[in-house]
Amino acid sequence: MNNTFTQIHTVKFQQPLHADVETNHNPAFEVRFEADGEIPVPQVVIWLGSGEEQHVVQGEQIRKGINNTYVATVPANLIPIGDHMLQVQGCRKLDLATAIEPDWVKTSKPLNIDTPSLTTQQLLARRFGKGPVRPTEAKPIPAMVRVTVNGQQVVVEPETTILEVTRQLGIRIPTLCHFKLDSFNVEHRMGSCRVCVVEVEDRHNLLPACCTPVVDGMKIKTNSLRAINARRTMLDLILSDHPKECLTCEANQSCELQNLAHEFGLHKVLYEGEQSTYAIDLANEAIVRNLDKCIMCRRCETACNEIQTVGILSGVRRGFEAVVAPTGEKSLADTKCVFCGQCVAACPVGALSANNRTYDVWTALNNPRKKVIVQTAPAVRAAFHEAFDKPAGSCSTGKLVSALRNLGFDHVFDTDFAADLTIMEEATEFIARLNKNENLPILTSCCPGWVKFFEHQFPELMYMPSTAKSPQQMFGAIAKSYYANKIGVNPEDLVVVSVMPCLAKKYEASRSEFAPGGIRDVDIVISTRELASMCKEAGIMYDSLPESDFDNPLGESSGAGVIFAASGGVLEAALRSASEWLTGETLANVDFEAVRGLSGIREATVTIGDTQVKAAVASGLGNARRLLEKIKAGDASYHAIEIMACPGGCINGGGQPFIHGDTRILEKRRAAIYAEDAHKPIRKSHENEYIKKLYEEFLGEPGSEKAHQLLHTHFQKRDNL
Amino acid sequence: MASDTSTNVTTPTADAPNLLDAFPDKRQALEEYLDSLPLARAAGRKKGFLIQSLHRAQAIFGYLPEEVQVLVAKKLELHLSEVYGVISFYSFFTDKPVGKHKINVCTGTACFVRGADIILQEFARQLKISEGETSEDGMFSLGGLRCVGACSLAPVVMVNEDVEGNVEPPMVKKIIRRCMQEGE
Repeated sequence: MNNTFTQIHTVKFQQPLHADVETNHNPAFEVRFEADGEIPVPQVVIWLGSGEEQHVVQGEQIRKGINNTYVATVPANLIPIGDHMLQVQGCRKLDLATAIEPDWVKTSKPLNIDTPSLTTQQLLARRFGKGPVRPTEAKPIPAMVRVTVNGQQVVVEPETTILEVTRQLGIRIPTLCHFKLDSFNVEHRMGSCRVCVVEVEDRHNLLPACCTPVVDGMKIKTNSLRAINARRTMLDLILSDHPKECLTCEANQSCELQNLAHEFGLHKVLYEGEQSTYAIDLANEAIVRNLDKCIMCRRCETACNEIQTVGILSGVRRGFEAVVAPTGEKSLADTKCVFCGQCVAACPVGALSANNRTYDVWTALNNPRKKVIVQTAPAVRAAFHEAFDKPAGSCSTGKLVSALRNLGFDHVFDTDFAADLTIMEEATEFIARLNKNENLPILTSCCPGWVKFFEHQFPELMYMPSTAKSPQQMFGAIAKSYYANKIGVNPEDLVVVSVMPCLAKKYEASRSEFAPGGIRDVDIVISTRELASMCKEAGIMYDSLPESDFDNPLGESSGAGVIFAASGGVLEAALRSASEWLTGETLANVDFEAVRGLSGIREATVTIGDTQVKAAVASGLGNARRLLEKIKAGDASYHAIEIMACPGGCINGGGQPFIHGDTRILEKRRAAIYAEDAHKPIRKSHENEYIKKLYEEFLGEPGSEKAHQLLHTHFQKRDNL
Repeated sequence: MASDTSTNVTTPTADAPNLLDAFPDKRQALEEYLDSLPLARAAGRKKGFLIQSLHRAQAIFGYLPEEVQVLVAKKLELHLSEVYGVISFYSFFTDKPVGKHKINVCTGTACFVRGADIILQEFARQLKISEGETSEDGMFSLGGLRCVGACSLAPVVMVNEDVEGNVEPPMVKKIIRRCMQEGE
């Protein structure tokens, strides 16, 4: 054989090539090739499919032309549709022509034009990923991957999904089941809804963009008619088993399915038939499950099981009957659900929603025999305005107060005041434990989701949490005693309403220990979203609201109370007071930057006098679990720990305006909270004049008997099933 | 407004008998099996042992009540809800007690065409239970199943482990009587 090289082509057969006996029609195609010199035994080998079978063309089927050119006639009746490889011995230039039916064969670029030294085996290995096994080497740095999206070339990291690539390019692919929280490194990519399918060249099926990693040379088309039609069909099918009651749905205007139906211009329900029906689960105060609306995206499962590790929700049963439910398909009230509401925040539709109490608030406001006061949690002011299409990144405190006053509340107070009170009790408790060096670390207990979590899952650590009530409950207790007495109103005629960023607060207020003598300290809890909807219902125009201040005496707060809204804030507030009490000196800098941030677990050592206080902050119950397991195993020890159930703290509560996976909004809310703190004239809880007055007039001193009776609570072991 | 709606505060329960406490030998058999699994080497992949563990647990206890699910979930470090999800997905697994005699009517295509629904109705009528239920005396469970691969004998009924072919409504009574006699 002459010293020429072997050339390999990939050939795509688009139609089956069958011999037709009746018409004596024997289809074939021609391969023309050119060699450097005469080839003694010219041969064309066709490797079928994955390279296991081969078909050899030689002898009479190859004719010799002039100037060492050859024409091979390949009888095609044995070659199925698909990608095959064509190998021509000793050829230099290859020209594929379809002799009879030009549409049958399509060629792609040759593999080895510039690598004549490769052996056939090596070429095969390149084509099919087979060949001699090489000795294992150190893992090479993965090469970057070149892909083309809608004709636009881009180089990306390997393993990047098609969806991620298109987002980098500013191309939008609709998604529904996909859910990504960048700040918490969480991605839910089930690929179950198929709304994100795209067309990829040389791939028979459409591929889901959210869970298909790109490979080198991939040519992606995101907006082909085929892809768009498939997405539309998927939506039509989802809608076929979804109630069409958008007008009265809790998720109206915030529903991702509704948005997609709008974007796709679906104006007709194409498929009508049986619809799944389930009993609505509203046996608890916080969360309503209406599974008729469930689209089985299973985002709630990722929120519950992976982020929070509470482990309540799972896909159960199969086929048409498949639905997301707790074990044994129990009601949430009968499970170890902590009511954090992260599943509600993750739900793209109205299957999971807050237990709406706005009607109770309207009723109370319009009852002339009741005095109705309201408290608003720290995190509400950082997100309230988002419900009126205002950008995140500032606090709407002044307008929030005006809005509440316009709704008709007799007095508008601030949970931040009670947050300062919580610090008075909690920091006192911390110092007492630190001095005796017992029952450490102290765990914060203002988060009701976290409280219920440890009652179920870590009962052996129940001596650790501070016994101080949460700010919401402290506010309620003080309102129904000190304040009711002060204004001369019977506690039964005083209605305390809370506006909270949280759904677990609804549950917390319903706990029996917070209803001494059967009178609840906090009567009604509504979320930030529910408050916004009340304002819209009342015709309150956000833009024309004036700025106004909270009422006194329960409306004054320090910056320390404000930062309760963000993960790390409670600990920082406690450190501000504890360090001044321990050292007797004024803090030069009240900003404990080390405990701030959105990351799941943070550790810091703070010097107070001559004590090194080891502190830790965890947000998100999965992170809390990891931290507690470390402590249980003796791998870590701390003096003080703050834990919040929701990732990032209350700014990301289950009752806040939906962020739809955009965690940049949380960063902005966080910045707004710390800016509000920085602008407060008083930054430390113990310097709040109204707090001082409350102790002087009523409670005595922090940790006093009266304070314990009103401001402290107890915990109880619960089933861990 | 309802006060604390959560009923899951730990209290000693006297109602449903706990199968694990009632049958310590069975509990031990399941625990021994779970401990024999190479779980330590499967860190992060313990989920892979779930189905075989449930098979064994159901073989030991006859069905998979919650306490058995909890035991399996704890050993395999899974959420209970995930275990329940798998049990509810596969028709082989059941979390309800099953009768001594398991009657399963094939409702696959061939059997259905040959009147499996009538046979199923007849069993339901005579046993006074619906599909998926167990009779009060614990003698019979009635279920439907998909093709058992004996379509030429359609309609087919699985009586415990045996296949009963070409079943006609009058045979239903005989099958039930035969089971009762076996039981004696």
